[in-house]
Amino acid sequence: MSAIQLESIEKRWGKTIAVDNINLTAEEGRFLVLLGPSGCGKSTTLRIIAGLESPSKGRVWINGGDVTDRPSSDRHLSMVFQSYALFPHLNTEENILFGLKVRKVPAPERQQRLKKVADLVGLADYLDRKPSQLSGGQRQRVALARAVIAENPICLMDEPLSNLDAKLRHDMRVEIRSLQRQLGMTVVYVTHDQTEAMSMADKVILMRDGKIEQQDTPGNLYDSPASTFTARFIGTPPMNLLSMTSDARGVSIEGTDALVHSARPNSQLGIRPEHISLDSRSGIPATLVASDYLGADTIVTAVIGTQELMIRIPGRYELKGQEAVFLRWQPQFARLFDKESGLLIDDGPVLSAATG
Amino acid sequence: MPSSTIRNQAYGWLLLTPAAIFLIAFTHYPAIATLGQSFFSESTVIRPAEFVGLENYQIMLTDEVFWKVVRNNIWYAIGTIPASVALAMIMAIWVNGKLAGRGLVRMAYFTPTILPMIAVANIWLFFYTPDIGLIDQFLSMFGFSGRNWLGNPETVLSCIIVMTIWKEAGFFMIFYLAALQSISPELEEAARIEGAGRWYYFRRVTFPLIMPTTLFVLINAVINSFKLVDHLFILTKGGPDNASSLLLYYIYEVAFSFFDEAYAATLTVVLLVTLAIIAIGQFLLMDKRVHYR
Repeated sequence: MSAIQLESIEKRWGKTIAVDNINLTAEEGRFLVLLGPSGCGKSTTLRIIAGLESPSKGRVWINGGDVTDRPSSDRHLSMVFQSYALFPHLNTEENILFGLKVRKVPAPERQQRLKKVADLVGLADYLDRKPSQLSGGQRQRVALARAVIAENPICLMDEPLSNLDAKLRHDMRVEIRSLQRQLGMTVVYVTHDQTEAMSMADKVILMRDGKIEQQDTPGNLYDSPASTFTARFIGTPPMNLLSMTSDARGVSIEGTDALVHSARPNSQLGIRPEHISLDSRSGIPATLVASDYLGADTIVTAVIGTQELMIRIPGRYELKGQEAVFLRWQPQFARLFDKESGLLIDDGPVLSAATG
Repeated sequence: MPSSTIRNQAYGWLLLTPAAIFLIAFTHYPAIATLGQSFFSESTVIRPAEFVGLENYQIMLTDEVFWKVVRNNIWYAIGTIPASVALAMIMAIWVNGKLAGRGLVRMAYFTPTILPMIAVANIWLFFYTPDIGLIDQFLSMFGFSGRNWLGNPETVLSCIIVMTIWKEAGFFMIFYLAALQSISPELEEAARIEGAGRWYYFRRVTFPLIMPTTLFVLINAVINSFKLVDHLFILTKGGPDNASSLLLYYIYEVAFSFFDEAYAATLTVVLLVTLAIIAIGQFLLMDKRVHYR
């Protein structure tokens, strides 16, 4: 059974449409990530699931029941906010226990659950501190503890890590993921950070302008982007897109004489930076213009004709001035997209380069 | 001390000087002079002022009008402070909500505060006028005969209290509104998801979070309740039979109608000390319960 199901959800404010006909399901016990640039409607979608906004159209189902017109408190879910939404005048213990007190859970049981949760998120030593006396990471843990202690089957998270520094963000990613597995929660997680989406999700829903652009596992999203938007949004650096052109001789990469087999005119060729290799003798002629050393690998910027692309080279690659090289890639890694619609053209592998 | 530090210090003091001159000339010096004056007798043409010690204070303790004015002031404080503060809080929560035309309502609530005191008193004078005033005209529709609201010692203080609440509540509302707007709306959403009702949320979250404002407003309300003088000029002149006279108005009368400046100074000292004690008490008593961010 699916834990959450959205059916033709639409949300508009006046003339602006924030969420446009969204259909999605979150399977029980799975980690679902709503990913997209800011303003794509992902937070609004989450708030509609939470019951903080009501949809203009469509139905919300939770555990098989229609909850569209039910208040948040009837939906048996918890939520972690971007700003943590901790009560500044209450200490850690009171913040965590807020919901249990509202629901009049007896005191002995409250204390028992508090101890369990505080140990789980590592807050046992900070129970009498006010939020202002806690670090960002600790506040984040209080917010998590408050969501977890309710023992609701569903937990919604709205960009919970965006206020943390990079190191802490990585640790919390791991922690949240393991917490979710341990407790078997269904999590719907909103983020604009594709690293978070890739590393945590069972399923990613990529949104754009209020619509779902593509939904799939992180692996499929990376390997088989259905559009140039997905191709550019997922991956650092993103997938390279090269415009193709055609003349009497055939289809070639724009700005070069390099012919490409079985490529359609009016298309864009997509290839991930790690799938391109350098060759000194044959391939597509290119010039290396810049390099960015990252430790484990180096991102080299190359120019083919007038188009730039990124190449990931393992280890350190020292570039002295500009270098003329040839580029090669394996046909099975290349993707073709329609230039107008940006959608994937699915007709077999694209050959690397015709050595004509 | 390095010379740059000295220069910085001098620079700082120079910046403070203009304000300090005015504060000393018009606040600190008069307060100390008043204290000194209260130990001397009133000087006249034939008799210069001489040191009398606490005699002025002894006179005060036996002055029936003084005690009556103190009683009036206490009733006035009890009548105005809780009502205007509670009303201000309710109005602020009301206009902080998502109601249509809230800008207009906010402005309407604040209007009494920006009106000049004299104009306010004249408006209310019209309300309270016997027979032809607004209140009596309204009551006559239900068959009640006219009353002299301000001329009756039993009703006059209540009339002043009602007017003060009307004027103060809008002023305090602005502070509460500012405090409410500084509370993140996500707190309310978090509470809503946990199933907290409006009243529970107010009691456990909103009220404690606006406590610093309440403390500030309370101190202001207390000070204001001892500071009222302008309404009384227009409405009652403290009458009838001192039934509506308050401490500051009495001080004014003693000083500028009876020309007994020494006694007025004595009363002023008592007023200042009382206010200081109340303000310090409020801080000490409430500070532990106030959460400052």
